[in-house]
Amino acid sequence: MAVQKLPIAKALNESLRKALETDPKVLIMGEDVGKLGGVFRVTDGLQKDFGEDRVIDTPLAESGIVGTAIGLALRGYRPVVEIQFDGFVFPAYDQIVTQLAKMHARALGKIKMPVVIRIPYGGGIGAVEHHSESPEALFAHVPGLKVVSPSNSSDAYWMLQQAIQSDDPVIFFEPKRRYWDKGEVDTEAIPGPLHKARIAQAGSDITLVAYGPMVKVCVEAAAAAAEEGKSVEVIDLRSMSPIDFDTIQTSVEKTGRLVVVHEAPVFYGSGAEIAARITERCFYQLEAPVLRVGGFHAPYPPARLEEEYLPGLDRVLDAVDRSLAY
Amino acid sequence: MTVESTAARKPRRSSKRVSAANKPQSSEPQLVQLLTPEGERVKHPEYEIDLTPDELRGLYRDMVLTRRFDAEATALQRQGELGLWASLLGQEAAQIGSGRALRDDDYVFPTYREHGVAWCRGVDPTNLLGMFRGVNHGGWDPNTNNFHLYTIVIGSQTLHATGYAMGVAKDGADSAVIAYFGDGASSQGDVAESFTFSAVYNAPVVFFCQNNQWAISEPTEKQTRVPLYQRAQGFGFPGVRVDGNDVLACLAVTRSALERARRGEGPTLIEAFTYRMGAHTTSDDPTKYRADEERQAWEAKDPILRLRTYLEKAGLADEAFFTSLDEESETLGKRVREAVRAMPDPDHLAIFENVYADGHALVDEERAQFIAYQASFAEEGN
Repeated sequence: MAVQKLPIAKALNESLRKALETDPKVLIMGEDVGKLGGVFRVTDGLQKDFGEDRVIDTPLAESGIVGTAIGLALRGYRPVVEIQFDGFVFPAYDQIVTQLAKMHARALGKIKMPVVIRIPYGGGIGAVEHHSESPEALFAHVPGLKVVSPSNSSDAYWMLQQAIQSDDPVIFFEPKRRYWDKGEVDTEAIPGPLHKARIAQAGSDITLVAYGPMVKVCVEAAAAAAEEGKSVEVIDLRSMSPIDFDTIQTSVEKTGRLVVVHEAPVFYGSGAEIAARITERCFYQLEAPVLRVGGFHAPYPPARLEEEYLPGLDRVLDAVDRSLAY
Repeated sequence: MTVESTAARKPRRSSKRVSAANKPQSSEPQLVQLLTPEGERVKHPEYEIDLTPDELRGLYRDMVLTRRFDAEATALQRQGELGLWASLLGQEAAQIGSGRALRDDDYVFPTYREHGVAWCRGVDPTNLLGMFRGVNHGGWDPNTNNFHLYTIVIGSQTLHATGYAMGVAKDGADSAVIAYFGDGASSQGDVAESFTFSAVYNAPVVFFCQNNQWAISEPTEKQTRVPLYQRAQGFGFPGVRVDGNDVLACLAVTRSALERARRGEGPTLIEAFTYRMGAHTTSDDPTKYRADEERQAWEAKDPILRLRTYLEKAGLADEAFFTSLDEESETLGKRVREAVRAMPDPDHLAIFENVYADGHALVDEERAQFIAYQASFAEEGN
């Protein structure tokens, strides 16, 4: 059956299975990805079916995981690496930034780096420190990396395969608090380009831009605003590098207003980049300054405070009201 | 390998506290040696080697030409033609010995100083100068000579080598991989992680540490409290210390480690005990951090001189050979000099090339803006 209703985690699992079946050079690597199937079970059953040689449990060393994946890519493999949690990626940050991102350019294009780094990211699951962060801007800032995040099961299934097929390194952020959200996946569909934004909800009064875990919040905010007679357009960005500014521009030219929403701290975040570029593109169409809703300039708080920290329906609606008040 | 156990036979440190600064750092290393500093051929029970006169003269030629290339590059930096140079002066035996142990299908992951290994791989030496002149960040195709790009960040390449070797094993190939790094890099986590991964996956990789005694201004005792080759034992594979100024021993030990890797017996750590005669790079001044006497002591162990002494004493090379090599050296120097001076600056738009293999909208946009900006000067009638 081509169309199935799957939670995001299962859609990712099916996507990895398909990639392993399709291309013998694809490898899965990471901590606990084998017998356990990953701490979120995204790789569940894959080692059983594809063997320890293709689904590789690694030592607990993130730099080692990414560094050896680079070597395997140089040998012609296409490693898909799992970093167990967002806050654990930093031991590998050096390998990602100084090596993975630059290898293609340093070799004047003679070698390619088809490595995917999957990172479950974001908060909302009541976890301990270093398990709830949103470091996407730190990667999007680096030339040579592509950074994407699906928000639903269909994108999870298709975007991951597109990331694996890419000859560039892709940082693949998975919204961990949405892993259990179900959605339809058409495994025979023809997916759109990996880096094209998606209109999640059409509207005419104001544009909300979000990605990953915040798309659902924004769609709910649009529904709540509709009850008050406000028509909110929600764009699911899908890709933070590159960013599909054309789709945002088209929307803002229609609505005249833009609010960017993400979990990561607002300061130096992707909202700042979107605000700056859309202001350049739409200076004469904007009816209000571009507003941003996101995390504070503080460490991700302990679990009992995360509902205060994470942008929820009210904070998004407050920004919508502020924008419309101009 | 018997060398692993040598430390155990050394006298234990007394219980009296000794500060790190005063602790003697492996002052009498157990070295695998086949050619003494005086040019005497000696035997080693485990690493004997039998080379033809042609092969011996070939090693000598490699070392002389590599030193000549290196001297030319240093001079070119002093003349302002290169922004920086990392000299290998003194490390020719370690590099030529290990480099000549490799097979064509082996793969090399160098630091930024492996000019002699590059020479052994058949990489045109002028290709090595692009990054030091500032026209590229590497620029050669690693797959042409199975010689990866120079790596600036210390120790990163040991993980790439390990991953590559894991791939070799998956492919069922019998080639091997060699990773070069220095004593300073041995402090990096990546090097330790590469030891862990290579041991766990039994990867066919040889770790070739050139302990040249100095990591810029920091001596080896600022990196380690145990001789570096002994690190391997804790990771579960053999370590061996070789006289890094003895090209024959470096060749024999590396060959043996590569064969071990090919047999599926996993990694080996080789510590080539050697000395960087010059500066770390042309940017530092070794007279500020080390004594003249130390350098003089190592000059007496010069890798080229000792092989020449042996060749002459054994009657394996005549005056015509040395004269002809001198001429070849000068020709190489001239070729390098001319090639560097003729090296064009890259096209302005090279900034935007090869950032991504599949393209990226932002790079495309910025390239177009840059082209328009540059074109605006022409429109102004300049």
